[in-house]
Amino acid sequence: MTTFIVRRLLWMIPTLFAVALVTFIIMRSAPGGPWDTSAERRQVDASTQKSLNAYYGLDKPLWRQFVAYTIGDVNKKGTFVCGAICGNLGPSYRTRGRTVQDILFSPPADRPLWYSRFGYSIRLGLIALAFALIVGIPVGIIAALKHNSFADYVSLVIATIGISVPSFVMAIFMIVIFARWLGLVPVVPRTWDTITPWILPALVLGFGTMAFTARLTRTSMLEVIRQDYVRTARAKGLKERAVILRHMLKNALIPVVTILGPSLAGLVTGSFIIETMFGFPGMGRAYVQSIGQRDYSMIMGTTLIYAFLVALANLSVDLIYSFVDPRIRLE
Amino acid sequence: MSRLLEVKGLETRFFTQDGVVHAVNGINYHLDEGETLAIVGESGCGKSVGVMSLLRLIPMPPGKVTAGQVWFGTGDDRKDLLKLSDDEIRQVRGNRIAMIFQDPMTSLNPVLTIGFQISEALMLHLGMDKEKARKRAVELLELVGIPRAAERLDDYPHQFSGGMRQRVMIAMGLSCNPQLLIADEPTTALDVTIQAQIADLVKRLRDEIGMAIIWITHDLGVVAGLADRVIVMYAGFIVEEAQVKELYGNPRHPYTIGLLGSLPRLDATREHRLSSIEGLPPDLIDLPKGCPFYARCNYRIEICATDNPRLEPVAPGHKVACHREVTRETPYTVEIEPAEVVA
Repeated sequence: MTTFIVRRLLWMIPTLFAVALVTFIIMRSAPGGPWDTSAERRQVDASTQKSLNAYYGLDKPLWRQFVAYTIGDVNKKGTFVCGAICGNLGPSYRTRGRTVQDILFSPPADRPLWYSRFGYSIRLGLIALAFALIVGIPVGIIAALKHNSFADYVSLVIATIGISVPSFVMAIFMIVIFARWLGLVPVVPRTWDTITPWILPALVLGFGTMAFTARLTRTSMLEVIRQDYVRTARAKGLKERAVILRHMLKNALIPVVTILGPSLAGLVTGSFIIETMFGFPGMGRAYVQSIGQRDYSMIMGTTLIYAFLVALANLSVDLIYSFVDPRIRLE
Repeated sequence: MSRLLEVKGLETRFFTQDGVVHAVNGINYHLDEGETLAIVGESGCGKSVGVMSLLRLIPMPPGKVTAGQVWFGTGDDRKDLLKLSDDEIRQVRGNRIAMIFQDPMTSLNPVLTIGFQISEALMLHLGMDKEKARKRAVELLELVGIPRAAERLDDYPHQFSGGMRQRVMIAMGLSCNPQLLIADEPTTALDVTIQAQIADLVKRLRDEIGMAIIWITHDLGVVAGLADRVIVMYAGFIVEEAQVKELYGNPRHPYTIGLLGSLPRLDATREHRLSSIEGLPPDLIDLPKGCPFYARCNYRIEICATDNPRLEPVAPGHKVACHREVTRETPYTVEIEPAEVVA
């Protein structure tokens, strides 16, 4: 078990390195740069640009910049500065005086960690996942038990909508209906300290996963219902509730657990569109902004954190898996 | 010995998209306390559905017990199982009537420990607490011959071999000292050597505990050493019923004669070819009007095509559903060619 975890953690290093390389290539082949001028912003003259480039090392060859970012490089004073591999995600080019990890992980003064941009995104992702599971699994179970009934068809319609309608389209409808027409929640909330403003983004974000979970639960429940051991459980004289909860559900949820990791990773990382639409103070919005501003170190850093989260989520699923299904042994 | 079970006119249908499947067609039989009854027949002849109907374990829908009575119990305790409420039938299942199933590979829940699966019934029916149930589970596992039972309690089914799993199933079935154990082809999925072990185990336990057994199988060889009485089923009908010695010595239904003739014998000469029953059983959705065995019967006569014979006594304790008085020596009236039946 320990060896398994250590090996998987070590495997993350080459994975993240590959992610960094691809991101770096795509990012640098996109036109523009961090000092681009635009009409509404302060102009940066050529000599300033040159000194900025020199300061941030952007005048060096590309391969060296990549190595400097990921592994490290010797600075002007001759000391070695370790890169992303040591957790140093570099200085932000746009937010002067702050490093990338500072922007993402530091909460505002006197606030706990979960008020950082990272904390906000994690919280939103977890709420969305909780919604997806708490609603999706029971809907799937009911649909399977009442196979081909009205309830089954209703769940099918909801699931089809959830899977096929993109979250940003859903978001617009939700905002119009609940914020504009019904006025139940603010369109752009002043504060995220109360629960109300979280409802819409979490709902929109979790809807697709909820639909998918419901379908998956239904399919695997239908498979489990026909199994011999369910008949054995009934032949024992167990109540229907015990048959469903003890004997069916634990088996039926094994496939659901497998999508848990990718789902959580998808919810935490995939929220940047939703975060932007709802003006959510999370990592996703900062990410979208940094791409527009060509804030190179910010793009690299955030991408690496996202990749790390995905890898971590997958690892944790493999661990949960071994608890849910005793037939699986990790080596 | 008093009567434990009496099945009267049991009829089970499956209402499918292709039509109504006539799985069990009005069967009557009985069972005494401590008696072992074997139900024999080929796949799809309604043996399993017949016994699962007793405990109402037929998947509903599409299945439904459409007629009949199942009287179970002795004295004042006698009740029609088909009329019990859901709660009442649950009190019978696993408690007074236990079932073990064909495939031990799939009949145990893969994600629950066997200790838990055995204890479950004990806690439910006998009101034991967790500790007591675990202790009893160890005893039961020892009883069915599982070595190092106490250590294996927290193992999962996949850590056991097929034969061992069937032993676990038997332990589970016996946990509440049932009056009747229904074994639905318990040896079919096992190796031949293991089959004999399991049959011997059940025999030993029956003699120790004294429960009645309904043993469903398509293997007449297993039945011979185990059963007191045998029922032969075909296409959802009972076609012959007799004491085990009588049935093997003097089979009276063409189907039974065919079945016994298709058993390989160690003492047979080289020239003696193993015979088989040509063709397949009839489609249960579209049953023929006459005798269901008509198409495959070597002894058929005219009336067989139009009239389905009733089960009638031919000797004390021996009933046969056939228009003719057939024995092994009776000459064939027709020679069935394989092609004829297929067409």
